[in-house]
Parts: sequence; C-alpha cells; structure tokens
Amino acid sequence: MTSINDESLSPRGTKAKGETIHWLAGLSATLRSGAVFILLAALLLGFTAAEPAFANIGNLMSILQAVAVVAILGAGVTVTLAVGGFDLSIGAVAASSVMAASYAMIVWGLDAVTTVPLVLAFGALVGLVNALLIVRLRVPDLLATLSMMFLLSGLQLIPTAGRSISAGLILPDGTTATGAYDPAFLLIGRASLFGVIPVSVVLMILVAIALFVLTEHTRIGRLLFATGGNEVATRLAGASTERLKVLAYVISGSLASLGGIVIAARVGRGDVSSGGSLLMDAVAAALIGFAVLGKRRPNVLGAIVGAVFVGVLLNGLTMLNAPYYTQDFVKGAVLVGALALTYGLGRNNS
Amino acid sequence: MPLLQIDALSRSFGPTRALSGATLTIDAGEIVALMGANGAGKSTLVKILSGVLPAGSGTIALKQQPYAPRTPAEAAAAGVVTVHQSTDLVGAPGLSVADTLLLTRFAARGQPFFVSRSGIRRQARAILDAAGFDLPLDRDFADLSAADRQLVAIARALANKAELLILDEPTASLSIEESRRLFDILKRLRDGGLAILYISHRTADLEAIADRALVMRGGVIAGAFRRPIDFSAAIETMIGRKLQSARPDIRIADGTPVFEMRGARLLPDSAPFDLAIHTGEVVAITGVLGAGKSRLLSAIFGAGRLASGHMLLNGQAHRPETPAQAIAAGVAMAAEDRHRSSLMPANWPGSSLAATISLPHLAKWYPHGVLFGGREQREAEKAIARLRIKASGPQAPIASLSGGNQQKVVLARWEAEPSRLLLLDEPFQGVDVGARHDIIQAIRSRTDRATLIATSDPEEAYEVADRILVIDHHSLVRAAHEPSAVSQGIHA
Repeated sequence: MTSINDESLSPRGTKAKGETIHWLAGLSATLRSGAVFILLAALLLGFTAAEPAFANIGNLMSILQAVAVVAILGAGVTVTLAVGGFDLSIGAVAASSVMAASYAMIVWGLDAVTTVPLVLAFGALVGLVNALLIVRLRVPDLLATLSMMFLLSGLQLIPTAGRSISAGLILPDGTTATGAYDPAFLLIGRASLFGVIPVSVVLMILVAIALFVLTEHTRIGRLLFATGGNEVATRLAGASTERLKVLAYVISGSLASLGGIVIAARVGRGDVSSGGSLLMDAVAAALIGFAVLGKRRPNVLGAIVGAVFVGVLLNGLTMLNAPYYTQDFVKGAVLVGALALTYGLGRNNS
Repeated sequence: MPLLQIDALSRSFGPTRALSGATLTIDAGEIVALMGANGAGKSTLVKILSGVLPAGSGTIALKQQPYAPRTPAEAAAAGVVTVHQSTDLVGAPGLSVADTLLLTRFAARGQPFFVSRSGIRRQARAILDAAGFDLPLDRDFADLSAADRQLVAIARALANKAELLILDEPTASLSIEESRRLFDILKRLRDGGLAILYISHRTADLEAIADRALVMRGGVIAGAFRRPIDFSAAIETMIGRKLQSARPDIRIADGTPVFEMRGARLLPDSAPFDLAIHTGEVVAITGVLGAGKSRLLSAIFGAGRLASGHMLLNGQAHRPETPAQAIAAGVAMAAEDRHRSSLMPANWPGSSLAATISLPHLAKWYPHGVLFGGREQREAEKAIARLRIKASGPQAPIASLSGGNQQKVVLARWEAEPSRLLLLDEPFQGVDVGARHDIIQAIRSRTDRATLIATSDPEEAYEVADRILVIDHHSLVRAAHEPSAVSQGIHA
C-alpha cells in the first residue's frame, strides 16, 4: 500500500498516467478504509483452512462471548474519546462491579432484579464523580480517571478485607454470609438465546447499536463529538459542554459496570483479581477502531470491530497451538499496525 | 549603505499574491514604521524576514550579504529578531525571568551541560544591564505583565546581537504609561545603532517614535513618508481612497434602541461608557488589537462578564451567564478567529458545511434528537445560494473551502435563525476582497435585526457600517458619524 501511495503522490506524470494515478489513489483509499475488514476476512479464511473446527458456530460464538466485555467497555471509552477525554477507570469500575454484584447477592442476599440496577447505578455514580473532578475541579481527565482507578482497585478490597467473595464467605466481623448467587443473575453470563447466541453477545450487540445510533445519528452525538472537536466553538454555539462531558463519563461508567455484571454472571463469584487486562484491552479496541473504515477518529462500530478482530486472532492462534504467553505480543502488534494504518498511511489521503 | 535591502520581493499562496514586488531599505539606527490594512502583505513580509516562510522571488540583502533564513533561529543568528504581538510564547510558566533570558543560550549547541543558579543570574544580569532594563530576575514568567514580557523578549534579542529588531503591534496590550516607557527604550536603542521595523496601526505611537513610515497596499510599498509624517495621507494610501463614507444607503435609526448598555465597565479600572443600538442598524466598533473589542462582544454574548454596569435587550435586563442564555434571548455571535471559535477539525463529525451551520440550531431543528430528515441539508442549500458560497455542496468538508467561503458559512450559521442582535467579531479576518463584498452585502441586506461588528481595520468599518464607534483602553471613547472624525479618533 505504501508503494501505491508513493506512486499516487508523485507530481510528475503525463495525462494518461494521471488517470492511472487517480484510479490507483481511489483503490488505495478503498483498501485503506476496508483494511481491517479485509484482514479480518483473511484471518477467518486462513484459520478455517488451517483448522476447520475454527468455523464451528460454537467456536465463533465463544469468540464473541470472549470479546463481549471488552467490546462493551471499548464502546464506553469511545464515548469519552469523542468528548476529548479519556476514561482510564473503566477496568477498575468493571472489577469493582464484579465485587459489588457478588457482595450484594452473597452478603446482602439481594436477587438479580435489585442487584443489576444497583451495580449499574454504582457505575454511573463513578462516572459522575469522574466528571465532577474533570468538569468542576478541572483535573485533567487522564489524571482524574487514573486516580479513580487506584481508588476503586483499593476500595473493592475493603468490605471483605481482601478476600474473594463466594458463597459461605466469612466476613471481617466473623459471621458467615448466608446469601448466594441468584440463578437468574447467572443466566446473564451463561445462558444462550435459542441455545445459540450467548446473552452477553446479545448485550454487546444491543450496546453497539444503541451507542452507534446515539453517537452517529443523534443531536446529542453530534454535540458530544463537537465538544471533543472544538470545545470553545461548541460552547459558543450555546451547548453546555460540561453537561455533555458528564453524560460521556456516566455512559462510560455505566457500561463498565455492565461489563462487570457480565463477568460476575460468567464466573459466579467475586474474584479480587478479575478484570486485570480489561482496561488495556478496551483501550486497544477503541484505538484499533480508529482504523476501521478509515475514520481516523473514535467510533463505536470501530471499537466493536477492533475487539472482535483481536478476539478472532487470539482464538485462531490458540487453536493453532500458539502458546498463551504470546497473546499480549499479538495484541500489541495489532494495535501498532492499526495505529500506523490510521495515522501514517491515512495521512496521505487528506 | 543600508542595513537591509529588499528588492522586488514576491510571495504567493496558491492563487493569492500576498507580496508582489515589495522594495524597501532600512538603515542602521532608524525606526521605520510599517503600516497597512489587513491583507496588505505586512505579516507575509515579516514572516519572510524572520525565517518563518521562504520568499517566492526577489532578493534580500543584509549588510550586503544575501539573506534567506530558513528558520527563525537562522534569522536570529544573522541578527534579525522579531518580537511578536503575543508574548506568551517568549517564555513559559515555571521559568524565571533569568531562565527566560537565557533560554536561547540553553538551546544553543556547545553550551556547558551543567548550569548553576548563580551562573544563570550573573549572565541574565549582564543581559539586562546591556539592554538597560530593570526587571526582577527571580520572578516567574507567568507573573510578568505583558509589557515586561515584551522587555524580556527585546533584551533577549539584543543579547543575541540583534541588528534589526522587528516589533509587531508592540503596544497592543500595553497601558499608556507602559507604552511611553517602551518608546524611551526603543529610542535609546536606535541611538545605539539598532534598526527597528515597527508595525502598528496606532498613529499616535508612530508619531512618537517613527523616523519614517512605509505604507503597504496590495503586496507592494505604496507610499513612503518622512518625518514629519502626514498621517492623513498615509492612511489614505493605506486604504487606497479618500477618507469618506462609501455608504450610499446609510440608515440613521431612531426610536427605542433594541440593545443598550449603561455605565458599563469592561475592566474594574476602565472608564464607564454607554451604548445604544437600533434594529436595522449596522454599527462597527473599531480600535487596535487589545483595546477591548472582543471583551465587549463576549460580555454581550454571555461568554464573558462586565465588570460593572448593566445591559438591556428589547427593554428587558440582559444578564447572560452562558452563550446559551444569550442565544435564547436573541443574541448571536460569530466570534473572532473562526478556526478556534466556530469550526470543527477536518475529518471530525460535524466538519461538513451543513453541520457547521446547524451546530447551534440542532435542538430546534431536530426536536426529537435523531438527525433524521434533511433540515440541515436544506438550510445549507439556502445559505449556499443566498451568500454565493463556493462549495461542492452541503456535505463539502468545511476545510476544503477558502477563507472567505468559510467566513460566509459562519455568518450563515447565525443568520439561519432570526436574532435581535448579531455580533460579528473580525468578520473579515483572512477574507479576500470578493468574499468581503458578498459578506458586507449580506450583512446590510437585513433590516430585521441590529448588527454590531468589531474590527481593528478602520477601512472595513467604513465599508460595512452606518455608524462607527471607537474603543480604546477598554472604553468607547468616541461615537462618530463623520469618517474623518473616526480616523482622528482611532489614531488619537
């Protein structure tokens, strides 16, 4: 692709060559905007050829199930990127939501119907506090959400004195917790629609559609992006950029806690070490999304595709017996490649 | 033997010729004033001299040597130093005055790796003594006044053995007292053999210090004036015609004003003033950069505050705390510097022509929130036809439009919904003559609202307004119907 671009940028050339150049430039633009999809298709074909079991519907669904949480969190990060911010606390919000859900059911004995709204409210509250720090106290977004990340990572350990939460937990005061995970709650992580599509994948698709419509096709979405694009201009156009930022961080916090709910429902216990690589994976998905369709900006669809792309690659490589410890290297290579595609090669287009 | 000799210097930006054969000389030990309206080529000339832009054609000789700096550092090494209007970039918060004075030395190669506090102080003291300035060496750069920052920049230039000092509107943000101090210093430096190219609109400044005035128009030196400088002639050369109103359709509005300010102060210590504007009237406020034009408009639009006094819009108290409140009350503002204040970056959602127009009106045009239906498309098509915007269509990226067409789009944004009072801050910034004519016609064709325009260019004010007010030191000093009175006023 680089050579095509070099060719197309060449100022010399006869008229006939000019037409060829025009055609080549068009081709290279198409290739660039579709690069992620083309690579994804190539990966799917390649893995299927190497290992026919890869293309089983069951395996494909397990890929989607594995990336659902990352995709949901990535969509949330995308919204904060749209307002020109960055939410580094999502991983910690998801992890503490796992603990909060477990604590609510096992210690307080609540059922699924009360636990889910409670945990979502917790995520929204964290987003609100983030926004308060950023909008009111003018703390730079990276610092505010980084501090929130530390705060939550510590906070989730306090109620149980650092222990993981499962049925029969012995509380710090010596009593034994009597509650248990609500079977209805576990369905979120373990059930499948029509026995085929896991509920978590359905949630991912719903989040993707809702946020895609919100960010790309509504007035609010336009204003969210306007805030990130030119905050002064947006304020002078009469919009409250403060409220828009609050909205973005509340969305991101709520989605992170939704991710936490999915994890809790899958593992069925409140593990203190859950959600370790969630932040980085979600951020990577959002950034890979910049390259999708050649958008060169945060976009929800891109974040979802980015998450799926990484999931397909990891699943396929695992099937081909690639060792587990190469996973981070693969993710990093994909991210570097996507960013090079977005910024380095894409720049020639403008 | 002139110090600097410029011969037939030209420079184009695409089809626009910013400089078309400018020829001038500057001698050592003189202060030369450079005057010119917006777009006359002053800033292009300065950018070429200071190494920011390469010349197109023509020759420059400095001390009989060919001079073609490729970077500001090369220009400074050759002895040409420019002190810009905005002095924020001279230093940085957290650096002391002494650090700032030595910044270029820190950056130079071949300097010792380790620096000591006392060494810095000693060298900085030597620089200040050589320039004859008295500045607090340990003060943080962020705490310095604009005037002191300017002195830091000048002292640093002198320490780097400047032979030609270029000053771009140096008094724009200075008080009268500070300006006077600066003039004394400049005269002393001139007597020491320094050549100074002084760019300014303020004739009072030029009268005080210039030995010679050069007037630019259309990319060439259109006139040269020796002391005593005839400023009326210089201004007529600058704007290219006699100083008189070109308005055949001047409207004198009477009755109840739609907007009033009473006893308004922009700063706690500036003089209070009154202002009244009627529906159907186009009023221009003119004054030099930093005189308070933008501050005044921002206060009316809720993006800033009055220090004291009150405002009435349509007979009711007008106290907007946010632009949103001002817009709701019927005030619209196209702020200065459209890239910073109005446009989205390229490739970003909302960076199309149609979306640029619709941004403030989204809630009204799409009450259900979903961007469905072609309302913004239709509004953009109307605007393109009415303002003769040259663009491929409503979805054209705003960045693909020329400056004049971008400005038309910004105007179209605020004309898309009716307003009582339209505020335009420097609406002709980076706008070519043809587009300027279209914009003026568009502004004057509307009689259903009042329009208040801020511009630092008196020529633009004459062209567009029924009535011109002069602002200086954050207060309206004169309201004039007679253009000649304005020219006296702005340069008083």
